[in-house]
Amino acid sequence: MNDPLEHEKVEDIEIRLLLDALYARYHYDFRHYAMASLKRRLRQAREQMGFESLSALQERLLHDPSMLPRLLGFLTVQVSEMFRDPSYFLAIRQKVVPHLRTYPSLKVWVAGCSAGEELYSLVILFREEGLEQRTIFYATDINQDALAQAEAGIFHLDRMQLFTENHRKSGGKSSLSDYYSAAYGRASFDKSLRRQVVFSDHSLVTDAVFGEMHLVSCRNVLIYFDRGLQDHALGLFKDSLIRKGFLGIGAKESLRFSSQSAAFSDFVREEKIYQRRAE
Amino acid sequence: MTATAARAVVIGASAGALEALSAILPALPADFALPIFIVVHIPPDKQSVLATLFQASSPIVVREAEDKEPIRGGTAYFAPPDYHLLVEADGHLSLSSDELVLYSRPSIDVLFESASDAYGPGLVGVILSGANEDGAAGLRAVVDAGGTAVVQNPDRAFAPAMPEAAKAACPEANVLSLQDIAAYLQRIACRP
Repeated sequence: MNDPLEHEKVEDIEIRLLLDALYARYHYDFRHYAMASLKRRLRQAREQMGFESLSALQERLLHDPSMLPRLLGFLTVQVSEMFRDPSYFLAIRQKVVPHLRTYPSLKVWVAGCSAGEELYSLVILFREEGLEQRTIFYATDINQDALAQAEAGIFHLDRMQLFTENHRKSGGKSSLSDYYSAAYGRASFDKSLRRQVVFSDHSLVTDAVFGEMHLVSCRNVLIYFDRGLQDHALGLFKDSLIRKGFLGIGAKESLRFSSQSAAFSDFVREEKIYQRRAE
Repeated sequence: MTATAARAVVIGASAGALEALSAILPALPADFALPIFIVVHIPPDKQSVLATLFQASSPIVVREAEDKEPIRGGTAYFAPPDYHLLVEADGHLSLSSDELVLYSRPSIDVLFESASDAYGPGLVGVILSGANEDGAAGLRAVVDAGGTAVVQNPDRAFAPAMPEAAKAACPEANVLSLQDIAAYLQRIACRP
């Protein structure tokens, strides 16, 4: 075990076995996540959960379901910002919204919504543009704790300065502070923002198509998948979108290396907003 | 300096990065065989001009890394602002939005650790000028996996803290001037 390379190989075996166990026992499938950052997260989980090895963590995980949410916390929780990359939301506002206005009713899917930053950004934007009432937002994630957080709509108050600045740069037509009340270091977002939202446990890996979406926004989720799984998720988005529906992904994500790229055309290239081809 | 043929190079730099990289990247020949992965600490809200800048002055291909991009030799990949850059063992790059590491995203440690997992003894890690301690743990990981550590001579670095910390974490590191680092990289990439 003193040979670092030997240790490396053992760790790779442990990771494979742990991911198999996680899938077989709890049906959470991380087997096709991008390995480099997954490995980093697993190392953190092992260390902070106090296990000698990933095998020891796996043994406990199989027999003690209370380990699952803790491990998922390490493997899935993303820290995002409201209106992260304001130019993306400005492009949605200026270029996508005019098309969306032509539909009498709208469906928007925020896939991998985590704690809800992207969701609330879109709901506020749609309210400002007068589209909220005709829209149903589907906010999905595999992490129940994150979904509960998104549904609660409570964020640290010290993040509001950044969110407010982002919102302003995104072409915001109101003040972000209109939408939350501050107390005890927390910003609690108004429950009216959730009137049109359906929160749901959904996996991009193992679950099926969501119907007839006009816009799918899924930012900085696909980067955690390997190429095969990215193709799978993009196929899911393609099949979930109406013809000429819109797909928005993260600023540094790309369809360029995906087998699904032919199904989409660039809509706002520099903001990674795509449109499903009419076929 | 190394027994195993080099397969890739990782470089980390912070304050003083521009000057340090200017002595290295433009000096590498167009037929440089290895991929180079670079993390420079840059503010998250900035569009990075580093790749454009160095592409203009360097014979090798210089670009900002994209997620799931296949890795090619003779190419230098800069981590984009506000994303970690990681190397996957199956030959492509990944980005991540994971939390900051030592207040940094991109993080030198994250790049170096993933690259040392992927390349083991075939990796050369280079720590240049910088005013913090990012990269020390990463360079340690490179050495622990059998790779080669190179550190810019802190006495001659614009900001010595980062090479000092790397040197302290890796006493076996080769401490070189910028010119010698450039010459060293040319040498290892020419080996069959």
